[in-house]
Amino acid sequence: MTTSTTQRQSEPVIQIKNASFSYGSAPVLESISLAVEPGEFLGIVGPNGSGKSTLLDLMVGLRQPDSGTVRLFGEPATDFAAGERIGYVPQDATTVAREMPITVREVVRMGRYPRRLVGRFSAADRQAVDDALEQVGIADLAARRVGRLSGGQRQRVFIARALAAEADLLALDEPTVGVDAESREAFYELLADLNRSGLTIILIDHDIGVVTTYATEIACLNRRLYFDGDPNEFVATDALAEAYGTDQHVLHHNH
Amino acid sequence: MSVHTTTVRPVGSALQFSPVESLFTVFEWFLTNVYGAGMDLLADLSGVQMLGYPYMQRAYLAAVCIAVIGPLVGTFLVHRELSMLSDTLAHTAFAGVAVGLFLNATFSLSVSPLATAFIVAVGTALLVELLVDYAGAYSDTSLAIVLTGGFAVGSVLITATDGGIAVGINAYLFGSLATVSKTNVGLLVFMSLFIGSLVALAYRPLLYVTVDATAAKAARLNVRLYKRLMVVLTALVVVSAMQIMGVILVAAMLVVPVAAAALVARSFKQSILLAILAAEFAAIVGVTISYHYGLAAGGSIVLAAIGVYAAVLSVQKLTDGTGLLSRQRSPQRSVDQSTTTVKADGGDEE
Repeated sequence: MTTSTTQRQSEPVIQIKNASFSYGSAPVLESISLAVEPGEFLGIVGPNGSGKSTLLDLMVGLRQPDSGTVRLFGEPATDFAAGERIGYVPQDATTVAREMPITVREVVRMGRYPRRLVGRFSAADRQAVDDALEQVGIADLAARRVGRLSGGQRQRVFIARALAAEADLLALDEPTVGVDAESREAFYELLADLNRSGLTIILIDHDIGVVTTYATEIACLNRRLYFDGDPNEFVATDALAEAYGTDQHVLHHNH
Repeated sequence: MSVHTTTVRPVGSALQFSPVESLFTVFEWFLTNVYGAGMDLLADLSGVQMLGYPYMQRAYLAAVCIAVIGPLVGTFLVHRELSMLSDTLAHTAFAGVAVGLFLNATFSLSVSPLATAFIVAVGTALLVELLVDYAGAYSDTSLAIVLTGGFAVGSVLITATDGGIAVGINAYLFGSLATVSKTNVGLLVFMSLFIGSLVALAYRPLLYVTVDATAAKAARLNVRLYKRLMVVLTALVVVSAMQIMGVILVAAMLVVPVAAAALVARSFKQSILLAILAAEFAAIVGVTISYHYGLAAGGSIVLAAIGVYAAVLSVQKLTDGTGLLSRQRSPQRSVDQSTTTVKADGGDEE
């Protein structure tokens, strides 16, 4: 992975300043300011409809804020052109390709497409694909149809795609929906490992206990930002109750 | 038995003509001296006389081309869950044909109805894609409105033109082998090469957009461009194939073989290849049956294709049901089983 070379600059991976976004007249996000530092594992939590996915879209430059700025690797996020640096796993990744005849390797190879849209794959391209498959432990499934894997295995395929891209940032939107508890834990261990090796990760998940266990930073969101900081601190404050508007108890998993 | 005489204008003289003309001359030479001669030989060897008739040779060549480009583009379309779009564009292509005939009759022009069909179908394709940009998603309803609207425009224009032009409309609606001229086949071969090269060039972005458009956008692929390319390709295929298959049935060539291939294929590339094979089988069987029994070619081809789909489906259900072959044939059974099973059916990629 190339994360260490690209993160020598001290600039944040993502810098959001006072960003607001609305669908029509319905405000979704209000004056959000947030920075994601290199090597961070940011967990975004918040109730349904709190604007988590929209915030992630702003971060990776899929949407433009109505006001405020979002910078990605120091550039305005929507103008940022080096697609291979962003590994994005959309919310519906588990349903993607379920019916489609496509192999694990074919999906992982897509990670190289931003670098090589036409022409033969180089030895380096093929090596990156093989390494990515190996790294998430699905090398033996490479020739299998993605739709015929279990939910947990399928998630790893999309992580491998981001790794094959040699991305510096991995952004995941509720990746473990429909994945059984055991695979989910293994999946988060994998994310934590990747984070320790230097990959910056942003994760949205509804399971607050899991997020606070694995993330190094927590952003608690419900249209505006209720908390941004250390997970342990987050558990101690009542930001969660404020954001959710009810009594919520955090089950902090011990690992 | 030799239907053709072999002395045609030498290829060299083609240089004196305009590029299009000389291209066509080369094609004509190929059609007669290479393809035609080959088919004549085949007819002699096999004793199947119809293979020696020039118009049947053209029909087979046209059907073979359609069976390549239909599934080639259809595979992307079907897996983007846009099967309906091919039907919609076919029906608006009919409006395009009617526009051409109407212009010719009203202003005494000699525009090719096929040319207006191309323009109208490609225009509609881009318009639909533009609407989707604003509305966010394709909806059955909007496609149904465009489909029926296109067909309505076609039927109104035809009746608005003085009687005569209704003649020949049947050929466009239901397709016809008899009307396939050298020019038609030449155009079809050219379009097949053109469509084939475009898909080959844009294979990766088209695949990425088909599988996962949001991730493709995050990877900074020009998703909008490739979505447009996909619908334009669909329009080109539909209009190219329209004359043989007919407006009403042409969509089947983009959908049915693809559906059959999706049942058994493991990889996307394999599914394109299998879909083309299924379509070739259906096309050749369909054209042959249609000639022998004097039946509609389009309908015969589509029925043959559906036959292939049904056969694949029932073989699959049967083997799944008995469990005898299921371990080998359908890997989904063994996902959570031992790794030996994984290796047993998982080693043929690349």
